[in-house]
Amino acid sequence: MTATAEPEVGKARLRKEDARLVTGRTRWTDNLTVPGLLHLAFLRSPVAHARITSIDVEAARRKPGVVAVFTGADIADAQGSLPCAWPVTADQKAPQAPSLAVDQVNFAGEAVAVVVARGKAQAHDALEAIDVDYDELPVVLDLTAAVADDSPLVHPDLGTNSSAHWVFDSAEAGTGGDVEQAIAEAEVLVERTYRQQRLIPAFMEPRSVLVDPTGEQTTVWSATQIPHILRLMLALTTGTPEHKLRVIAPDVGGGFGGKLQVTPEEVVALVVATRLGKPVKWTESRSESLLSAHHGRDQVQKLTLAARRDGTVTGLKVELLADMGAYLRLVSPGVPILGAFMFNAIYKFPAYRFACTNVFTTKTPTDAYRGAGRPEATYAIERLMDELAAELGRDPIELREQNWIKHDEFPFTTVCGLEYDTGNYEAATARAKEMFGYDELRAEQRERRERGDSVQLGIGTSTFTEMCGLAPSRVLGSLSYGAGGWEHAAIRMLPSGKVEVVTGSSAHGQGHETAWSQIVADQLGVPFEDVEVLHGDTQSSPRGLDTYGSRSLTVGAMAVLKAGEKVIRKARRIAAHMMECAEDDLEFAAGKFTVKGTERATALTDVALAVFAAHDLPDGVEPSLDSEATFDPENFSFPHGTHLCAVDVDTETGFVKIRKYVCVDDVGVVVNPIIVEGQVHGGLAQGLAQALYEEAVHDESGTLTTGTLADYLIPSAVDLPHFDTDRTETPATSNQLGVKGVGEAGTIASTPAVVNAVVDAVRHFGVNDIQMPCTPMRVWTAINGGPTDAGGLGSEAGGGLGSIDTSGGAA
Amino acid sequence: MIPAAFDYTAPSTVDEAVRALADAGEEAKVIAGGQSLIPVLRMRLAAPTTLVDIGRIPELRGIRDEGDALLIGATTTHYEVQRDPSVREHALLLKAATDTVADPQVRHRGTFGGAVAHADPAGDLLAPVLALDAELVLHGLEGPRTVAAADFFVDYFTTALRQDEILVGVRVPKHTGWGAHYEKFSRVAQAWSIVAVAAAVRVEGGVIAEARVGLTNMSSVPVRARAVESALVGQPATAEAIRAAAAHAAEGTSPTADGNADTAYRQHLARVLTSRAITAATGV
Amino acid sequence: MRITVTVDGTTYTDEVEPRQLLVHHLRDTIGKTGTVVGCDTSNCGSCTVHLDGQSVKSCSVLAVQVDGAEITTVEGLARDGVLHPVQQAFHDNHALQCGFCTPGMIMQSIDLLADDPDPDEHAVRHGLEGNLCRCTGYQNIVRAVQDAASKLKPGATHLVGGE
Repeated sequence: MTATAEPEVGKARLRKEDARLVTGRTRWTDNLTVPGLLHLAFLRSPVAHARITSIDVEAARRKPGVVAVFTGADIADAQGSLPCAWPVTADQKAPQAPSLAVDQVNFAGEAVAVVVARGKAQAHDALEAIDVDYDELPVVLDLTAAVADDSPLVHPDLGTNSSAHWVFDSAEAGTGGDVEQAIAEAEVLVERTYRQQRLIPAFMEPRSVLVDPTGEQTTVWSATQIPHILRLMLALTTGTPEHKLRVIAPDVGGGFGGKLQVTPEEVVALVVATRLGKPVKWTESRSESLLSAHHGRDQVQKLTLAARRDGTVTGLKVELLADMGAYLRLVSPGVPILGAFMFNAIYKFPAYRFACTNVFTTKTPTDAYRGAGRPEATYAIERLMDELAAELGRDPIELREQNWIKHDEFPFTTVCGLEYDTGNYEAATARAKEMFGYDELRAEQRERRERGDSVQLGIGTSTFTEMCGLAPSRVLGSLSYGAGGWEHAAIRMLPSGKVEVVTGSSAHGQGHETAWSQIVADQLGVPFEDVEVLHGDTQSSPRGLDTYGSRSLTVGAMAVLKAGEKVIRKARRIAAHMMECAEDDLEFAAGKFTVKGTERATALTDVALAVFAAHDLPDGVEPSLDSEATFDPENFSFPHGTHLCAVDVDTETGFVKIRKYVCVDDVGVVVNPIIVEGQVHGGLAQGLAQALYEEAVHDESGTLTTGTLADYLIPSAVDLPHFDTDRTETPATSNQLGVKGVGEAGTIASTPAVVNAVVDAVRHFGVNDIQMPCTPMRVWTAINGGPTDAGGLGSEAGGGLGSIDTSGGAA
Repeated sequence: MIPAAFDYTAPSTVDEAVRALADAGEEAKVIAGGQSLIPVLRMRLAAPTTLVDIGRIPELRGIRDEGDALLIGATTTHYEVQRDPSVREHALLLKAATDTVADPQVRHRGTFGGAVAHADPAGDLLAPVLALDAELVLHGLEGPRTVAAADFFVDYFTTALRQDEILVGVRVPKHTGWGAHYEKFSRVAQAWSIVAVAAAVRVEGGVIAEARVGLTNMSSVPVRARAVESALVGQPATAEAIRAAAAHAAEGTSPTADGNADTAYRQHLARVLTSRAITAATGV
Repeated sequence: MRITVTVDGTTYTDEVEPRQLLVHHLRDTIGKTGTVVGCDTSNCGSCTVHLDGQSVKSCSVLAVQVDGAEITTVEGLARDGVLHPVQQAFHDNHALQCGFCTPGMIMQSIDLLADDPDPDEHAVRHGLEGNLCRCTGYQNIVRAVQDAASKLKPGATHLVGGE
């Protein structure tokens, strides 16, 4: 067994995960089956807000293959209330959240009954035989109207549509000045209201859950990001003893926050399987997913930026309305609060105030979606910086530089009290400008503007940072989050020299198996191929807080390293015993303990074998090298970057085409550059899609009109540009690898870069905002002096569902 | 999702198919490639009791040269239309439009006749069929009949097909030597056309001798932009003349409004896209 | 109804309901779970297989419609443990993350290379317009297809079409 010579960390290792994924040997939850499996289908409310006056399921019970039908009333005792783990204020108002509605539905798509049948098709057939009478209530759709005194209430028993009001004020916190004073004294004020449209995470693998209650432990397979949290929450919600539950997240096909949830369907599947004593499975259709899986974003942002005429920013005031939808799901209330500390971004604001009202509406609940709060914040500030530059006639990058934290000012404590450990905005920006050809494109823009070209060039900038690596447990505690932010890992040294790494980070596409193997190969000096990473099963990886918030590497991999250190510590004592020397005489490198100044050495793997035999161990030493560790970070990490976007806007049609996209990200030390690059690409795709394509639209009755992939427009390869990416590197000081996290960076940074570019292209027509997504009609309307939000809420979606609805003819 | 249950029959002749349709009654539906119908069935937006699959009737598939016209069999796939040399030579507009239909997989499976009979106003083949003055060949219990494209499209998803009839083919007069272009405008590549314009033009000595312009999704049925056509004839094939003629594109239309386009924007797009389509078709 | 279908070289005869979708027939009856279902409207392309040598979306085909046909799925591509060049290229170019869209992407990529053995970036992107990916932003997928193209030529066609 020889150690790898070249360090694994930093190497562009191809992924271990791919072998099964490119050949179809996958274990998606929906692929799994067990003997006697029954299938679930959910009846969902077609109306957004109504009292359920009656449900008749008798006819459905008699349909072929049907084993049982349950309504909310049937399982009211067992289903409990779906958990919300983040009460952001002490007086937060939270409604009961039954998995199956009992007497009232509060959004279109809410489950009202479940059919259990022998076959999938039979379960669906029986849905049509269930008869529900709804007594409709007024819908609550518009955020601003919802908080007005005369608004109808989503939950009348709460007495208000306002769930919570959360405030951070730098003057009160002692971290900065008084923003009202800054505004009063401002030489320049930029006041804007931005709309963060509602998005749908739209992971490619539809959610699926299989519950088998026939063993000693009830096993729950679920397409989830959070097997560990799910186990605990299912136990608490349904009263199932935690030790009687095993949760497995097998291959999981994407999440992006959308599978960071304890879903009604998971709860119902557990309750129903337990009640029947039989295994059940539910797999959603795409339309079910778009309708009922949680949505993301959806804020109205009222913003006031104060500055001096020389361009120095002096204050920022943020007033948010954040749409919770009909219920508070797992971390819904905390999502906008995650943005609270990011509006000030990379800039040296002396005064800052953030106030957010979380609002109930009769829509699908919202919760985490890639970036969760931080894209919203970054969008707001990066749009404002461009607006300030336009107001002052300054170059937007130069204006940013005037205000950002310089590389020699780190560590820097922000107006929110966060300590940014490292960064170099100048370096990333210089590299991005060079790759982009910034000056040349500006020259071309001037030329085309003067010429009156019908296709106008626009250039958008976004210099972002984010707080990720969620999170120091004490900080989460101070924000009233219901859990910690640690992560757990274990390392098992097998007698043959192979290594099993157990991680609480549950991957669903991020490549943990590969990256963790690289890290452990370096640390223990074993070949990359000899490391197996186990995750996503509460039996094999019993502790963990799972994967979200760009936390896996910054927190999860640190736990792995800590466990590895313990392995080495244990092995050192035994190695010293084996080589009859003092522990202090040994040095460990490249997988070997070497007696200093000699050639005498013992490999770690030899120690593992000796431990297995246990024939000759030092007194009092247990015969195991296996070790576990739990890591709690001291601080967040703060990746940053500069993104530059050039768009061609066809002023005759309003169509936006991205011509060039350059981003230079600093995510700290990189374990695997190709995985990092892939994360950036994917993040960019989702951020661009928010800027240009995606929006969940409800009509006046609260019906989701973007309920299929024909209407909810996820861009294809044709619609997205080639990305030019590069990195700069300032190692994080908050963890021993120096890593910062990359999962959310692209999404957070790219949206404002694109919208800034679109607005820049048409600013000379008098346009200073276009609501997202910047659809052709919105852009064209804005150019022609109309509103910036053309075709918004209440419009019927065109094409799509309407276009496949048919009543005649061959197809 | 899974469709509601239905009976299925796959006749091997047109007569059998027509009889099967008649026997099955009101709730029967014809399936060819199924690329529009099967998603509808899966969503349970329709629940026919019987599907009559015309995909196993050999005589319905393929393209026949009839001298002054091409007869495109109803179950000829989009992929086959795209690659057929006679379509390229005599009905270039159909190829241009078919190239933009859905995506490669759908074009492998979806059929020309199916898309026409489905009569989705956002579908890309209706306007070219109308613009090229095609005839639709129908076959029912009483035998065959032909219907002009202008009379075939009745309303949203509604055609002149009777319950017992199937569309067996589309007869497209040859437009040999005509320039053609299909200008499609959608938010993403996969999305349905917000508006699209089908243009075919015959230029003689730098002058536009004949022009055919059809509009997609400007009404519940495809629309012929006659005012544009007549404004073009006799004009020099110049950008200016084309733009002037295209200004008439939205005349007489009252397209519906939806989230992607209100009426005024659709009409504006019709004018811009018409100008672009004709420009491309003439090679200006 | 009774249908006979050859899938990845093995012939299966089964009773199916007329409403059975090809993708469910492959997954639930034949056990080819490598082919997955991602949507209801034939937009996502995750279920792409080859039907008599051409790519189709198996969620938009009835099992009864393919009686007598030959189907190739992602599970039928590797030969004696050696990956198909397109599978290998997806691995080599990090063209997948969660991997859910990957079977459909690979099947469509093979089809596109059969039609156009040397596609430029534009052609690759258009050839994949019926396949959605939520993880990769497509860039590495495009790279993988072009990489596979370079490794497949000359004589690429024997690998596709009649497999």
